[in-house]
Amino acid sequence: MGDLRERSERVWGWLADVPDPEIPVISIVDLGIVREVNWHDEPAGAVCEVVITPTYSGCPATEVIGRSIEEALRERGVERVRLESRIAPAWTTDWLTSEGRRKLSEYGIAPPARRADGRQVIDISGLRRRTVDDAPAACPHCGSTHTEPISRHGSTPCKALHRCLDCREPFDYFKCH
Amino acid sequence: MLLDDKSVYLMRLGDNALVLSQRLSEWCGKGPAFEEDMALTNTALDLIGQARMWLSYAGEVEGRGRDEDALAFRRDSHEFTNLLLVEQPNGDYAHTLVRQFFFDVWHQLVLDALMRSSDDRIADIAAKAIKEVAYHLRRSSDLVVRLGDGSAESRRRMQDAVDELWMYTGEMFNADETEELLGAQGLACDPSTLKDAWLAMVSEVFAEATLTLPEGEWMQKGGKQGRHGEHLGLLLAEMQFLQRAYPGATW
Repeated sequence: MGDLRERSERVWGWLADVPDPEIPVISIVDLGIVREVNWHDEPAGAVCEVVITPTYSGCPATEVIGRSIEEALRERGVERVRLESRIAPAWTTDWLTSEGRRKLSEYGIAPPARRADGRQVIDISGLRRRTVDDAPAACPHCGSTHTEPISRHGSTPCKALHRCLDCREPFDYFKCH
Repeated sequence: MLLDDKSVYLMRLGDNALVLSQRLSEWCGKGPAFEEDMALTNTALDLIGQARMWLSYAGEVEGRGRDEDALAFRRDSHEFTNLLLVEQPNGDYAHTLVRQFFFDVWHQLVLDALMRSSDDRIADIAAKAIKEVAYHLRRSSDLVVRLGDGSAESRRRMQDAVDELWMYTGEMFNADETEELLGAQGLACDPSTLKDAWLAMVSEVFAEATLTLPEGEWMQKGGKQGRHGEHLGLLLAEMQFLQRAYPGATW
């Protein structure tokens, strides 16, 4: 079993080099979509099972990610790879690693300004109130939190468009989800 | 037969998401503002993802070898079980928005109930989808207020859209035998239990938007039973063309 754990850790390390196809500055591990790596000793040989969770239901990157994982492991000599997609618990930006948040910010994308805290029960009466809206995003260029949203949707499902009222630069914001 | 009821119910959830997604996609590249174009297409993307989850499950439960694509592309209009509301044409932006708002409020309530379904997979899909739908609802209710309580022109258009789409809202709360049966078993949600909450939310937003809630009580129905207007056929003709002309085509 010790060997298996070691092998799993090596796989985690390889997956940490697999970039997210839409935001290549962070890896799929940074994004929190790799949930588990399990080795199974089967009669036909060891199988490496990678459990991933999709971000947004319709995000087209999900299929590309599956292929990237298979390629990355095959390149390193893992012949038998099994991908499992798991939707529960639902992906949340709380699973972004601190490393991932730092890389996003350096790249010019403001990371989520608050925790989603896995809130599954949603208070409908409060939904449309701005008070439940995200805390202000910090401008990735100058650090000011004196910012405002321009558009709730951006170039990918996970982002919105904001602008800084101090340095006047627009920037992408990784939505709290 | 419980399995049949379950696949019928799952298909309804999938059809609502699929048809509304297709309608929203018609705006792609034509939105009135760049931000709106992105919002409509992102919402369409969320809904197509949700449709895939529901229809895949429906196909598995049905057990006749139909996958999500077979269900989406190789059924005719009378086999679609979406609400009449979601197949209504885009019209002007007010129609698109009011249709979205009416649906978002209902969708949110349904998913909230389904998160407690006795069927784990239904509960899991609902828990994932509701996070996206919460975002849809926040945007649509916000815009209803901004355009309702906007210029005289935007207000008039919004009220016209509300008055015209109102008759498609009643169907959302008519439980049929399938929903009563599955609701009693804790597997699905009996939609008649959602009406008060829906009305309360819509009334609250309309009050702020200075829009008037219509008083008409006559409601259209039949979408869930496969009785649709001409609009759905035209929508499907476009959506299904490729798979009908070149069955099994992939790229």
